[in-house]
Amino acid sequence: MTYTQRILAKGAGKNEVRGGELCLCELDLALGNDITVPPAINLFEKHFPDGKITSRSKIVFCMDHFTPCKDIRSANNVRQCREFARSHENILFYDVGETGIEHCFIPERGLAAPGGIIIGADSHTCTYGALGAFSTGIGSTDLAVAMRTGKCWFRIPEAIGFRLSGSLPEGCSGKDLILYIISMIGTDGALYRSMEFFGDGVASLSMDDRFTVCNMAIEAGAKNGFFPFDKAAEAYLEETGAEYDRAFVDGNLLPEAAPESGEYIRIIDIDLASLVPMVAKPHKPSNSVPVASLKRTEIDQVVIGSCTNGRISDLRAAASVLKGKHVAPFVRCIVIPGSQKIALQAIEEGLASIFIEAGAVFSTPTCGPCLGGHTGVLADNEKCVSTTNRNFVGRMGPVSSEIYLASPRTAAEAAVNGYIGGALL
Amino acid sequence: MIRGKVFKYGSDVDTDVIIPARYLNITDMKQLSAHCMEDIDAGFVNRVQPGDVIVAGDNFGCGSSREHAPAVIKECGVSLIVARSFARIFYRNAINIGLPILECPEAADRFSAGDVIEADLENGTVTDVKTGKVFKAAAFPEFIMNIISKGGVLNCLD
Repeated sequence: MTYTQRILAKGAGKNEVRGGELCLCELDLALGNDITVPPAINLFEKHFPDGKITSRSKIVFCMDHFTPCKDIRSANNVRQCREFARSHENILFYDVGETGIEHCFIPERGLAAPGGIIIGADSHTCTYGALGAFSTGIGSTDLAVAMRTGKCWFRIPEAIGFRLSGSLPEGCSGKDLILYIISMIGTDGALYRSMEFFGDGVASLSMDDRFTVCNMAIEAGAKNGFFPFDKAAEAYLEETGAEYDRAFVDGNLLPEAAPESGEYIRIIDIDLASLVPMVAKPHKPSNSVPVASLKRTEIDQVVIGSCTNGRISDLRAAASVLKGKHVAPFVRCIVIPGSQKIALQAIEEGLASIFIEAGAVFSTPTCGPCLGGHTGVLADNEKCVSTTNRNFVGRMGPVSSEIYLASPRTAAEAAVNGYIGGALL
Repeated sequence: MIRGKVFKYGSDVDTDVIIPARYLNITDMKQLSAHCMEDIDAGFVNRVQPGDVIVAGDNFGCGSSREHAPAVIKECGVSLIVARSFARIFYRNAINIGLPILECPEAADRFSAGDVIEADLENGTVTDVKTGKVFKAAAFPEFIMNIISKGGVLNCLD
């Protein structure tokens, strides 16, 4: 079995599962946000008039997309979530001032752990595979069912293996790695499948790099991304106080317990040292090319943040470029830390000062501009370099706007230059 | 039996163009459905008739997990989506809310906008009414048919 299959077999109470099999699994965590929870509550209340949440799994609501609330409708939606959580004591409710972007906040709060089975009514729930969890996005109906039953059905995925060797060169990050992979296999290259990463190169990737890689597994169509549980993951979890089944993890999820090659439908070898900074041109994450090969493209805005790249090492990388420099004339640069904790850390490390002195906005945590919600919506025909995850038509504003996806370092360089591609900084 | 006129789209139709996030503060599906397909086909809501069918290429419904996407398509009266393939969260959400979908690459390639489709979900067949040509998709297992016929998974748990 693949790593993912071992976790799902445990959740289904079976010794073994195979790709294609349908299983009902016990959940460890089910989560939603201010966009996906209101429909889940409406469905829950309609179908379960007694209003009882009988799930044994953790239920988490994070208010992060249209918050701090951008308009009256959003405020009423958040109020609905808040009131529902207030009247159901087994919901962990995280509001403005405590949370941040769900996929940055949940790992740092110790709510995601190796061997766990996690579903979230948000497609980027696949992020927690970096910690050795099985973690995947679902819809509001699945969340409503999970709140009642604590269970979810899954089609057991087959897996593509990514055997990493070497280490990333200076200036490259997990974002460049995942953009490279998506450009290679396409937006449906891992459809219905797991993307499992292993090999000697994994040790050279920071936890933040791994979160970024797993976060964008969905952009290749994958069900989940997964990294084996190693010393770096263990050190990260120790800080968060997450609880997990040590015996299961030791027996199944360590690097030395790697599945045989034959368990994978395909194995792709990647030498991390061969990577270069990448940029995904409009309008698909798979349109990625080396930044150096892109023709000089003038830009209007830069966004640095999101569940993909709003972590402290992302902000450090951006600050290292912006320190002592200034954002180019007629360009806006918006920096958004992924959580309250990351925001505080950025302030304490002096990163916030660097951003503000460079002429950038330093915002409170929110998903805001990534989905064209608020705090950085584009105007007609504008171009934006963004560290977010999707450059679809109309994603950050009007259908005529264009998004270039890149790493925090590349985005910060674009903010200073006023363009991306062509001559480098 | 499903029967309707075809609306044809390409590959990688994402949930942001099916229902743009700028409208996701609207929770009433009827109100929200006025914006269905707005960023890929602005006239869709004015032309679609109850029973019509969406036919598309690979990876239909990719991107965000928003269940609002299949929900507004269903609300507009679309009776079926036929695609070369579906993004997995969309596939799951469509079944969970009782919106019929079929993966059938051959049919997805052959149909054009305005053609009339007939489909039989139990047998997994898609028919081009004009030519009489029948395409075979994988039929749903019984438990999925049960979810669709009851209008969604929550109706099976009541």
